[in-house]
Amino acid sequence: MKKYDVIVIGGGVVGTAILRSLAAYNAKVLLLEKSSDVATGASRANSGIVHAGYDAETGTKKAYFNVKGAAMYPALTRELRVPYRMVGSLVAAKEGGLPAIKALYERGVANGVKVEIIERARIEALEPNISPEIRYALYAPEAGVVSPYKLTIAQADHAVQNGAEIRLEEKVVSIKKTEDGYLVVTEKAQYVASYLINAAGAGAVEINALLGESTPEMKHAVGDYYILDSKAAGVVNTVVFPLPDEKGKGILVAPTADGNVILGPTSRVVPHDEAEVNAVTREGLALVREGVGKLIPKVDLRSVIRVYAGTRTAVGGDFIIEESCKFKNYFMLLGICSPGLTSAPAIGEYVAAEAAKSLALTKKEKMLPLPDRFHLTKATDDEIKDKVASDPAFGRIVCRCEKVTEGEILAAIHSPLPAHTVDAVKRRVRAGMGRCQGGFCRPRVMEILSRELNIPLSEVRLGEKGSEIAPYEVKDGYGKI
Amino acid sequence: MERFDVVIIGGGPAGMAAALGAREKGASVAILERDDRLGGILNQCIHNGFGLHYFGEELTGPEYAKRFRDQVTKDDGIKVYLEAMVLSLTEDRLVRAISPTAGLIEIEAGSIVLAMGCRERSAGAIALAGTRPAGIYTAGMAQRLSNIDGYLVGKEVVILGSGDIGLIMARRMTSEGAKVKLVAEIMPFSSGLKRNIVQCLNDYDIPLRYSTTVTRVEGENRLTGVYVAPVDERMNPDLSREEYIPCDTLLLSVGLIPENDLLNGSKVEMSRITNGAVVDEYRQTSVPGIFSAGNVLHVHDLVDNVSEEAFVAGRSAAGFARGELSGGDTVNVLPSQGVRYALPQRIHKGEGKVKIYFRVDRVYKGRTVLVTSNDEVVKRKKTLVMAPGEMQNIEIDKSLIKGDISIITEE
Repeated sequence: MKKYDVIVIGGGVVGTAILRSLAAYNAKVLLLEKSSDVATGASRANSGIVHAGYDAETGTKKAYFNVKGAAMYPALTRELRVPYRMVGSLVAAKEGGLPAIKALYERGVANGVKVEIIERARIEALEPNISPEIRYALYAPEAGVVSPYKLTIAQADHAVQNGAEIRLEEKVVSIKKTEDGYLVVTEKAQYVASYLINAAGAGAVEINALLGESTPEMKHAVGDYYILDSKAAGVVNTVVFPLPDEKGKGILVAPTADGNVILGPTSRVVPHDEAEVNAVTREGLALVREGVGKLIPKVDLRSVIRVYAGTRTAVGGDFIIEESCKFKNYFMLLGICSPGLTSAPAIGEYVAAEAAKSLALTKKEKMLPLPDRFHLTKATDDEIKDKVASDPAFGRIVCRCEKVTEGEILAAIHSPLPAHTVDAVKRRVRAGMGRCQGGFCRPRVMEILSRELNIPLSEVRLGEKGSEIAPYEVKDGYGKI
Repeated sequence: MERFDVVIIGGGPAGMAAALGAREKGASVAILERDDRLGGILNQCIHNGFGLHYFGEELTGPEYAKRFRDQVTKDDGIKVYLEAMVLSLTEDRLVRAISPTAGLIEIEAGSIVLAMGCRERSAGAIALAGTRPAGIYTAGMAQRLSNIDGYLVGKEVVILGSGDIGLIMARRMTSEGAKVKLVAEIMPFSSGLKRNIVQCLNDYDIPLRYSTTVTRVEGENRLTGVYVAPVDERMNPDLSREEYIPCDTLLLSVGLIPENDLLNGSKVEMSRITNGAVVDEYRQTSVPGIFSAGNVLHVHDLVDNVSEEAFVAGRSAAGFARGELSGGDTVNVLPSQGVRYALPQRIHKGEGKVKIYFRVDRVYKGRTVLVTSNDEVVKRKKTLVMAPGEMQNIEIDKSLIKGDISIITEE
């Protein structure tokens, strides 16, 4: 039975942020994830916004971690080489919306966020395509956009690079308090930890239940999204929100960190057993179109390349980020909905420091940096020439829409946290994320995975177990006709 | 920096025919092909039916491709770059490409023929509702997996869309023991060839339901079923008549889109109907020296027409590179009254004959096609049946052209 100082349950952006921060200490740390990869839950399907921090009520954990996390983003994403752009955000209001904008402004100031109220001329300068009805906006120049799954993966890679361990496809099935820690049993193995962290997102209630800890009532809201072709980039420059309502921040229009345009989300409450289904609905998509029309009517839905749904989980109004009162050295992160992505880096540091305090861990002198990766689309001609000369795989384009080379895919398959499914490759290098959505490259990516993992093509999966893409061998060919 | 008279982007049926056309005029030619062999999508089309018009016999896709490939590879005047993906091209015809063996390739071209083909419309592009499990494929992806890789994607199949690849795959999967439960077509007619509906569906008792669409899909890791419903004239589904069909596979055959991404941001004038370039009868685009042919120009239903069109483009591109392509005044070709689009969109005044290709917007029986110029009828052709899935053509005498040409159908 393997012994760890700390075990983190859940490989979302919060769990991997904690793991990465823990990897800065002299400690044996492990992350357990039930899925085939990190970033397969809420950390994959969200808006990818780094919120400025005016939304959350002053004095809450949400406000504290949001503002602190947002400030960490520029340096963090540079260090981890994650797509991030500080594009700024607008909360756009029609005639009569000024009082609501002012209230947000006051809250922003109280939270220590750089905000200003701007009127039509400046709004138009920022967003030439904005609806003619918009008169006022709250402008937060330091809001940004990030690739949420790439951040999650980079945090995981960086943690592993620095000695942390990650076990995928190990669902926790039992947790027992022992004399000096916790016995964690998964479908595959047993582990012992001095300190246990529940960062299981929508599944946190089940993890608590395994130990006998109670969880406040969770509310799950599914949101539908559209992603537009990179050709549509330019229709919007900043993150444009409507005025928030009781359901949340509303349906936004924004550029993505990777150069597409994102529209959404809706907010449809679902029961707990549907929290991880993530089904797009026609009604939801219609609501998104309606919402977008009120903000940026010029958005052209003919350039849609993908629709998807994601679920955010809330417990009451604020994050719960605390050690259990009942179980010492058992730490819980519950209801890390928006602005959870923005807050994650700050939450990671805080939780790791709490664990370190309890276990009297010392910090390492330094962390190894993530090695630089070659990306064709970001390289100069000279860099391309050198790279292809040294390894021809970097001259072989597999995904033609996003210009992803075989070399980049091989690097993803053999990264610190290896990609072993088609979707895992896609999240790391964007093969299949372009306008043809893998129409051409998916079979090629499957062939590469089959070769590198030494498995038959029929066993190559899209994502989870049971998602084999081409499970049967062609046997009889045309002979049967 | 290398230099060729004619640089052809794409080594499928269009690219190969363009190369042969250019060689006929004595031009030096380079083909940049992104795959590791010439032939394009024909290589995975192992069914027959190719070449009836061009060769007067029925060939499979690979056989049809081989006839051209053999001519291309034995011609020393054609340099073929394989696994070469074009990254950019400029209006003064500098082409930048990458390949594993040649690294960065930079070529100065006397003229360029675009022959990149098309891609399939994806589940995302049609905003397919429901979950995101394995089991949803474009028909061409499933075709590649079965015919190149040797693996079958599933056993119980629903097909959305009745494009030709979907019809072909209905038969292909049936032959592999899969059960194709339904082909659902949102339009009241098929965009596929009549012969494919007969040979691939009717012969196997596979039901085809018109004015019907898939409203959502279900399944966590693997598809478990789809919902279908009839649609009204505005293509809105009647959800009260939604029907659940258990299946593990959904194939999409919902349209092909010319792959003109290389032209994003360029000055080449594009057609919003074909999603390809606007061309004259030489298949020259609005940017001099840049030509376009095959499915990147407009989606064809017969490869025979692709070859014919690309041959013209290749010959003309060679003419341009050698300064021999005649110019002069052009007139516009304007489709109306049942004609969705016509190509070429511009024709030079002068001598000789020119073939106008066109598609109708729905099924018409017993109509007459009229070509008029300055309100004078220059050609009249009676037809029995015209369907949107079958490209039509009509040949006119250039000497009769006085002004803009209209192409219309009439009862």
